[in-house]
Amino acid sequence: MRLRTLQIILWTAAILGTAIFAWARWPAGNPAATETFSVFEPSFALADSDGKIRTNAEFRGKFLLVFFGFTNCPDVCPTTLAEVAQVMDNLGPEADKVQPIFISVDPERDRRLGLRAYTEAFHASILGLAGTEAETRAAAQSFKIFYGRQNDAKSPDGYTMSHSSGLFLVGPDGAWLRQFGFGTPAADILSDLQSRF
Amino acid sequence: MKHLILTTALLLSAPAAFACEAVTVGDLTIQHAWSKATIGADRPAAFYVGITNSGSSDDALVGISTPAAGMSMLHETVVTDGVASMPHAMRVPVPAGQTVQLAPGGYHGMLMVLTAALKEGDRFPVTLTFEKAGEVTTDVDVLPLRSEGPDCADAGQ
Repeated sequence: MRLRTLQIILWTAAILGTAIFAWARWPAGNPAATETFSVFEPSFALADSDGKIRTNAEFRGKFLLVFFGFTNCPDVCPTTLAEVAQVMDNLGPEADKVQPIFISVDPERDRRLGLRAYTEAFHASILGLAGTEAETRAAAQSFKIFYGRQNDAKSPDGYTMSHSSGLFLVGPDGAWLRQFGFGTPAADILSDLQSRF
Repeated sequence: MKHLILTTALLLSAPAAFACEAVTVGDLTIQHAWSKATIGADRPAAFYVGITNSGSSDDALVGISTPAAGMSMLHETVVTDGVASMPHAMRVPVPAGQTVQLAPGGYHGMLMVLTAALKEGDRFPVTLTFEKAGEVTTDVDVLPLRSEGPDCADAGQ
């Protein structure tokens, strides 16, 4: 009898555990779902390299191309920012309809290393933002993206960052439009933007 | 005088074509070694290269080193569910009869603690260590920040 009670308790615990795990994982496991049925407005309030707080509200009327990264990242970030730079060049006179933004997920170190020198090396139009830890967390949550810090003794300063590698497009009304996955050619991003003007 | 002309001609023709030249070790051909210019010396650089194994046995790239950096490691950019991470790669397989590219968004060398910023037009040596073929040194061309790779006639770029 005692064994049977134990069995019931264990089964209940297992089912409950599975349910909680599934519930917790559901949004992360279904990025497509959030894209299709919910219209949402990502928001941010983060300092630029002059220390001035910049918010999503001031960019109403423009398309935003937003990338979350860190300046110590040798491969993914330069590749994406180079594409953004190419898109901005190829937009020509329509470039003023688009504001590219680089949001640091490693704000403390990036402020120290110099955010402006980094973004300007790719394109003068790219606005670099680096907030506090809490502000950065809030911005990432509003874009429904992930970033995390991995301790790694062999990396510079003993850590590296993982981060959502997409490039996110926000419309002139402030609503999320889509993401361009890592490696999307600049020409594809350009034609998508031009189709929306 | 003849030597001078020859030397001058070589110097002038070298810059554009250097990354397109190949070095070999055993059955391996190493080609298109390049890096992107870095923004200052405080951030790591990436190293890219193409390796062709024309032999009949598999090999693997197990290490890189260069005097241009205090520490060099092999990494692989992995994008899982839209999240990019950059785990340390212990070895990059170079299977028999295949060409493996260390290229943006995939396997790459990470050069840390740079002795100086890498500037467009610079050139520096990198020594690659293979499991079976041993060591080989190639020169690396520093290309513009926005480059996607060397523009070689045979590179399929």
